[in-house]
Amino acid sequence: MIAIVNYGMGNLRSVQKAFEHIGAKAAIVHRPEEIDNADRVVLPGVGAFGDAMDNLKTAGLIAPIVKAIAEGRPFLGICLGLQLMFAESEEMGQHKGLDILPGGVRRFPKGQRVPQIGWNKVRIQRETALLDGVPDGSYFYFVHSFYVASKRDDDVIGTTDYGIDYASIAGSGRAFGVQFHPEKSQDAGLKILKNFAEHV
Amino acid sequence: MLAKRIIPCLDVKNGRNVRGVRFSADKDAGDPIALARRYDKEGADELVFYDITASAEKREIVGELVRRVSEEVFIPFTVGGGVRTYRDIRTIIEGGAEKASINSAAIHTPEIITQGAESFGSQAIVGSIDAIRRPLSDCSSEPRWEVVINGGRTPTGKDALEWAEELVDRGAGELVLNSIDADGTKAGYDIELNSMVAERVDVPIVASGGAGGPEDMYAVLSKGKASAALAASIFHYHQYSIFEVKTYLAERGVPVRPKIEIDLT
Repeated sequence: MIAIVNYGMGNLRSVQKAFEHIGAKAAIVHRPEEIDNADRVVLPGVGAFGDAMDNLKTAGLIAPIVKAIAEGRPFLGICLGLQLMFAESEEMGQHKGLDILPGGVRRFPKGQRVPQIGWNKVRIQRETALLDGVPDGSYFYFVHSFYVASKRDDDVIGTTDYGIDYASIAGSGRAFGVQFHPEKSQDAGLKILKNFAEHV
Repeated sequence: MLAKRIIPCLDVKNGRNVRGVRFSADKDAGDPIALARRYDKEGADELVFYDITASAEKREIVGELVRRVSEEVFIPFTVGGGVRTYRDIRTIIEGGAEKASINSAAIHTPEIITQGAESFGSQAIVGSIDAIRRPLSDCSSEPRWEVVINGGRTPTGKDALEWAEELVDRGAGELVLNSIDADGTKAGYDIELNSMVAERVDVPIVASGGAGGPEDMYAVLSKGKASAALAASIFHYHQYSIFEVKTYLAERGVPVRPKIEIDLT
């Protein structure tokens, strides 16, 4: 069973429906033990980084998420969920993240329209099972004002150009994060969810 | 770089398609989900559902439509048409749509834009403007457009460019510019309206009204500085496919999301 973590940061229904569409069973969960019992964990989310960490902490969800990743269970962060995987964020003050990947969350430099909203291209930097059958240069649907700056080159799986070249897919081991919304990125996005559910 | 978007608009009433249903032998012609799936396959980047239901159950009907769409079509979509209150916006966003599009209600109660943006983020709130071109004022060479409501029947006295700025200041994350002069003519979008608003505000502009073919879309996405082109009839009646439009645009150097074949089995 795939557990989609509900911690009060946005609508998770689309993510659940997208998994169902590709034939995977996914449940929206909010209790620590539900994460402990899950085969795979998905952390979606829209909103502010600080609020998100506060909510995860209050609900007691940080330890089970970190444990799932440490045990090598497949993990997928989506949008804010990717950003939360990093050590810290400068969104509205300094905040600590889940610290699964070294690096931080930064605001797009001035001169670019923020938030970035729309379809942009992902250039694949490293082969992984998550991207099996996804052509290099595929377009995905993005909505975000901050991006992740990885400290380890190996963690950068895909990059996107929006004024700067930034990591739009990052990960290590079986823990992955995507900055775009795979559940709204048509077949390319559904393929990633399918790979996550079946091959990662 | 972001791709320019091609957005088919589906007119719906009581959960059914409005356009062309009577003349079609296809039993699915009335089902907006079937039409949405077709557009998704053809390569639509986004969908707009324009709801003209006028009954007391409107909110429930729209809520049901939004839920059904989000279960079957995995691209972003917007719902507009008679969105008046915070509860209307909430129904649309919580049901799984990306954006709610607000038109007349913003004229009567501009705070609805602010309230929506504060609750759901600017990216979820679209300001929709119906504009009519007015004669040049005396001693002026500047073209001007007036904002109208009720499908163009009621003038508001507001200047469309100033209104566009106000909507963005209040938190609208995107604007749809519907030219009432061009609407239904298939003679092309109002290029000047789009380019002038695009220069005044820094949110994406969706051009609407007047699409007759790919060349109109090319004009408004290049010279007209729009980020997206919306059309209803030319797609609905199979005059052009979205794929054909995108091929035309790509050949002329416009960045578009190409069609790719991915095996999902």
